[in-house]
Amino acid sequence: MNAPIKLTAKDYATDQEVRWCPGCGDYAILKAIQKLMPELDVPKENSVFVSGIGCSSRFPYYMNTFGFHTIHGRAPSVATGVKLANPELDVWVVTGDGDGLSIGGNHMMHALRRNVDLNILLFNNEIYGLTKGQYSPTSQVGTKSPSTPDGSVDLPLTPCTFAIGAGARFVARSIDTEMKHLTSQLTKAHAHKGASFVEILQNCPVYNDGIFDHVKDKKTSADTRLVLENGKPMLFGTDNSKGLRLNTANLTLEVVTLGEEGVTESDIMVHDETNKVLAQMLSELKSPDYPLPVGVIYQAPAPAYVTDVYNQRIKVREAKGAADVNALLQSGHTWTV
Amino acid sequence: MSAVEQVQEQGSNILTDVVVRFAGDSGDGMQLTGNNFTEATAIYGNDLATFPDFPAEIRAPAGATFGVSAFQIYFGSEDVTTAGDDVDVLVAMNPAALITNLKELVPGGLIIADADAFTAKNLARAGYKDNPLEDGSLDAYRLISIDITKRVIDTVKPHGLSHKFAVRCKNMWTLGLTMWLFDRSRDAAIDGLRTKFAKAPDIAEANVAAINAGHAYGETAELPTGVEVYKVPRASVEPGLYRNTTGTEALAYGIIAGGQLAELPIVFASYPITPASGLLHSLSSQKQFEVMTFQAEDEIAAVCAAIGASFAGSLGVTSSSGPGISLKAEAISLACATELPLLIVNTQRGGPSTGLPTKTEQSDLNQSIFGRHGDTALPVISASTSVDCFDVAIEAVRIATKYRTPVILLSDGYMANASEPWHVPDFNSYEPFPVTFETNPEGFSPAKRDPETLARVWAKPGTPGMEHRIGGIEKDYVSGDISYDSDNHQKMTDIRKAKIDGIANDIPDQEVVLGNTKGKLAVVGWGSTFGAIHQAVKRGLAEGLDVAHIHIRHMWPMPSNLEALLSGYENVLIPEMNTGQLIKIIRAEFLIDAKGLNKISGQPFKIREIESAIKEQLESSK
Ligand code: SF4
Repeated sequence: MNAPIKLTAKDYATDQEVRWCPGCGDYAILKAIQKLMPELDVPKENSVFVSGIGCSSRFPYYMNTFGFHTIHGRAPSVATGVKLANPELDVWVVTGDGDGLSIGGNHMMHALRRNVDLNILLFNNEIYGLTKGQYSPTSQVGTKSPSTPDGSVDLPLTPCTFAIGAGARFVARSIDTEMKHLTSQLTKAHAHKGASFVEILQNCPVYNDGIFDHVKDKKTSADTRLVLENGKPMLFGTDNSKGLRLNTANLTLEVVTLGEEGVTESDIMVHDETNKVLAQMLSELKSPDYPLPVGVIYQAPAPAYVTDVYNQRIKVREAKGAADVNALLQSGHTWTV
Repeated sequence: MSAVEQVQEQGSNILTDVVVRFAGDSGDGMQLTGNNFTEATAIYGNDLATFPDFPAEIRAPAGATFGVSAFQIYFGSEDVTTAGDDVDVLVAMNPAALITNLKELVPGGLIIADADAFTAKNLARAGYKDNPLEDGSLDAYRLISIDITKRVIDTVKPHGLSHKFAVRCKNMWTLGLTMWLFDRSRDAAIDGLRTKFAKAPDIAEANVAAINAGHAYGETAELPTGVEVYKVPRASVEPGLYRNTTGTEALAYGIIAGGQLAELPIVFASYPITPASGLLHSLSSQKQFEVMTFQAEDEIAAVCAAIGASFAGSLGVTSSSGPGISLKAEAISLACATELPLLIVNTQRGGPSTGLPTKTEQSDLNQSIFGRHGDTALPVISASTSVDCFDVAIEAVRIATKYRTPVILLSDGYMANASEPWHVPDFNSYEPFPVTFETNPEGFSPAKRDPETLARVWAKPGTPGMEHRIGGIEKDYVSGDISYDSDNHQKMTDIRKAKIDGIANDIPDQEVVLGNTKGKLAVVGWGSTFGAIHQAVKRGLAEGLDVAHIHIRHMWPMPSNLEALLSGYENVLIPEMNTGQLIKIIRAEFLIDAKGLNKISGQPFKIREIESAIKEQLESSK
């Protein structure tokens, strides 16, 4: 049933009191998604939000859709089951860096490589918020936390690199407070058939405040952020004065300044979101040596898992004919006494 | 007395029952031989029970004792419910098969051995100093030592097989000889081979030739005295249509049938584990039914996908064996908290940890009833025979969907693999139990319950106006919203428990399988010990002992009359393939001073073990 009246963001809000800390980046993301939902042309009753455990995983309680707040790390698996049972549903997974990449890393990997048609949103705040501030698998080396009072020593992983490595066919990155950019990435992720993975840089003002300030700060962001657009040269900096050039001698991306050493725009690499090698290189870029790429890093559609499962089933049914339990019970060698 | 001796003594070749055990290398095809013989025996009209007994190694080094794979069949003209205590005929394809199985053979029993496999190397590997086929050490038995390998190679020569493939036909040669021995028809086996190797007719025909050659050998060769064609009269069984089934197959069919009766699609999500994988295989090839199978990345993902499917309006089913069920425990508690239907099948195996993956045990009852965090009661139901798996699966689906609760169904490695004849039921005779989904938004709350069953409403995504959130956090009794209120938690815990306890009123009263409803001794069992207990009690009753057999299907909650029933006996004996799990529950719940009989060897009970425990119990309580 399609609602005759156009829904608004309000229709997607619940009567539940939102319980994130004041100033948490999750608020901005919630607002963006509530605003986006009426634009997606999906009947409200067909939207399902599935989450694991953590601050971000409280998300479904605040969305007036179907929602399932499950257990730590397992949201991709529960969501896969939802989609298998009813492929008509529009299934979103909301997870965090601890939930999705630590305890649930295995499920994340398999949901991505299987290409289950899910919209996976990973809120990356590089910390465990709900359990009071321990370092996470995305925390930078040296992160001081209750469990690493002298600084963490283990190397972090990069969510988008992980996703590409796992075989994801849609990988994007955005920022909690950049409503316009975030909305456009989510719209693309939603339109993509198969698993789409969106990393959202999310500030946790309580336990890890300001870690993304360098890319968020309007004063510095021109130099620290690379806004990717498919088919466009990868330019950044004030007045797009800088860009990324492929160094073919050592197969790396290097930052160059237009007009310096004879560099012109034609030297700047053009973003091709279907190029996996480029995507891998882009996903790894970090400050201070590089700007942080945001936008669609990689997109190369492939058949979605659940669609293929149903197609296979249709084929078998065409070949085998109608299902009949009595015929099944009487199959194989039988004899009459 | 061995069957062979019996025949000599009675001067006729009629036997009431026989146990045959095929044993060889895990690559020798003994399971296939056993299954073919079973089928022929079922078609012949004997009652039967089987016991496949194979190693954990897929292909152990040839000739190794730990690589011996065996298949035992007990068949007869009377009701047969176990695979038999002692072996009458042992087929030994090599020295390792002989040395590991000889202790099961009755004195005077018949050995059929492939003399060609008793090479110096194989003898040494099995631990024999001298060749037992030649040194007189088998004089207490009848021995037919035949150069099977050589004969098979000669037989299949015209079919142009390579040496490797030619030798593989020796199991069929042995099958042919055994079929001759018991007057079985070769037709089904031959048909089966031609279907199986339809794409390789030379292999099919070579195997057929091997069967026929083995059979011809029996007809023409000089055999030891007493060895002739034995007649095992047909069992008198209820007329009707029959087939063989393993527990795995019956369980798969039961899940499909249960789904249809509930009018729900099934999503079966599982992860490979011995001995439970068969269920995944079986259901994966039934796509014409509303059953979707999903091989997940691990046990946790499997149960979680099943829970997701139930949330979305299918019945989620997951399956594993002991260690895998442990991994699923957290998610099962989520299903308890969110009150969603879910079926969890546990095909138990020897534990703890990897334990004995291919051997049987029933040591997960504690885990099933108690093995979760939090107060999470859930129904536990157990199958007692391969055939019983069908009805038990349907009953599990009924309870899970009616009460919106996870249900654990216990099977075990023994009944999963063992086959027995099945009087094929008429599916139309089963009462449907269709599920109704909540569709009315008026006054809807996800916490609403059926006043009678206390089951929570089930409103599936895709239904307009029913948008709601569920989750693992405690919920308000009325609104279903998150609630940390202490009184509310008490109330919710109580109602979840009351819902499960109430199921006791919706299951059949406990019946007595054999014997009186009160008296001196009740032997109380559960699971695959059914056959051994049944026969032991039957023998006891025939001797005039005051003993009864009670077999529990509903392990939790238990039938409401069970306490009163058990109190009617002076003694209660509980045989279990564990260190005593049911017994603790019976003692704790009913304050009944039951005695245990416990066997944890990875092998099923023998009838005589239970028989002597019955006598001991009656003796000591005199
Ligand atoms: S702890 Fe951090 S991430 Fe969690 S709600 Fe508070 S601010 Fe947000």
